[in-house]
Amino acid sequence: MIDALIGNAASREVIMLLAAGESSDLLAIVVYATLAIVVGLGMLFLSEVLGPRRKDSQKESVYECGVPLLDSAREPFTVKFYLVAILFILFDIETVFLLPYAVVYQQLGVIGLAEMGIFIFVLAGGLLYLWKRGALEWD
Amino acid sequence: MTTADTIFWPVIPALKAVVILVVILHIVPGLVYFERRISAWIQDRIGPNRVGPVGLLQPLADVIKLAFKEDLTPQGADKWIYRMAPFLVYAPAVIAFSVIPVGIDLQVASFGVGVIFLLTISSFSVYGLAFGGWASNNKYSLLGGLRASAQMISYEVAMGLSIIAILMTAQTVDLNEIVRQQWGATTLGLVQWNLFQQPIAAVVFLVAAFAETNRLPFDLPECEAELVGGFHTEYSGLKFATFFMGEYIAMITMSGLMVTMFLGGWSVPWIEIPTSPTFGDVALSVFIFTVKLTVLLFFYIWVRWTLPRFRYDQLMNIGWKVFIPFSLLNLGLTATSGVMGWNWLIPLPW
Repeated sequence: MIDALIGNAASREVIMLLAAGESSDLLAIVVYATLAIVVGLGMLFLSEVLGPRRKDSQKESVYECGVPLLDSAREPFTVKFYLVAILFILFDIETVFLLPYAVVYQQLGVIGLAEMGIFIFVLAGGLLYLWKRGALEWD
Repeated sequence: MTTADTIFWPVIPALKAVVILVVILHIVPGLVYFERRISAWIQDRIGPNRVGPVGLLQPLADVIKLAFKEDLTPQGADKWIYRMAPFLVYAPAVIAFSVIPVGIDLQVASFGVGVIFLLTISSFSVYGLAFGGWASNNKYSLLGGLRASAQMISYEVAMGLSIIAILMTAQTVDLNEIVRQQWGATTLGLVQWNLFQQPIAAVVFLVAAFAETNRLPFDLPECEAELVGGFHTEYSGLKFATFFMGEYIAMITMSGLMVTMFLGGWSVPWIEIPTSPTFGDVALSVFIFTVKLTVLLFFYIWVRWTLPRFRYDQLMNIGWKVFIPFSLLNLGLTATSGVMGWNWLIPLPW
């Protein structure tokens, strides 16, 4: 299966990301990205330059419903968010593995389908396990 | 190749890049205006109609107002991260648009890997939201930023899986090739759009696109009522405008991708794509793309002013317990039917 993946022109295309483009395409994307970045940074710069600047400790204080600030916002937050991030990495890597398969799955035929089926089955089992353990619950 | 060609070869691609960028940046104020008019129409209000004829100069007035607002940095903010966050939302959205074909073989740059490039670049914008929320030193912003990042990464998985289903149908990652496969007629009198070939992927992608762009009914990071704007509570002036632009451009990019992958892109339904297109053909294809994009953007606005917001646990439940299992099932179905040679929509010779 690996040989089939690497040997296939479509997946070589995936590996040789920029090499696949012609020089005019490269030039166009460089011009486009540079201008987009210049416009974005220009807006940030203008926002520092234009407009009045009257410093005031009340004005610069952090908004908290108009009442005096109780404590800093730099506090620990719920561990749930870390869990989501870790799960995301797992499933995103799964997506990355599926990408080359998607382009060549017809050449790989039934054998490839079975192999990918086992891979997905294991991951779906993991998802089911997380579900049963309550990792996906928000309360 | 003549001498003139060798000297002037950079002109055409550079010009193309500049024109597409200028158009994209100028769609945003127009889109904001139309959103305000359409929302007023939906809610039976008048909407902006004072500045210029029927309020058409309202976006310009808004930009001038934002540009001359005082730019505040809250106490205790992480200054450089605070400054860069709006840029990190805006830049990926704009750059990601560069691979979307807006007409016959007409895009800023065509790599062999269009979709993957777009996915890679657009997922950077989550940094902008997380950084903006963290750097503001505001509790609401922190909550908004965390919610935004968790929501975006959750729905990115579902979106990636639905894109893979399309790649399986198309057997290519080149967006122009994907469009070229979608003009023909099939059984049941339908166009060969991937919307009909891959209905489950289309629904998953549509909803994930709403969640990725933080639009209602998935605008939990912003929640005016509880989080007073979420990650951009503390932002003012042009920095706020940059955040705003980034969100609208992300909406345009996502709609463009949706049009290209599911709705036939720039191809005219039932009409064969000319192999050596004239200027008129290219103009027609750009027009077709624009019409499809406009309809989709109208749909975005319509949904925003019709549906209420989800609760956060509902949002995460839909993402992880409905969309990811369903897109996995859809992938299995696509792979099995592809290998076995089943197809419920048979292309007709025209």
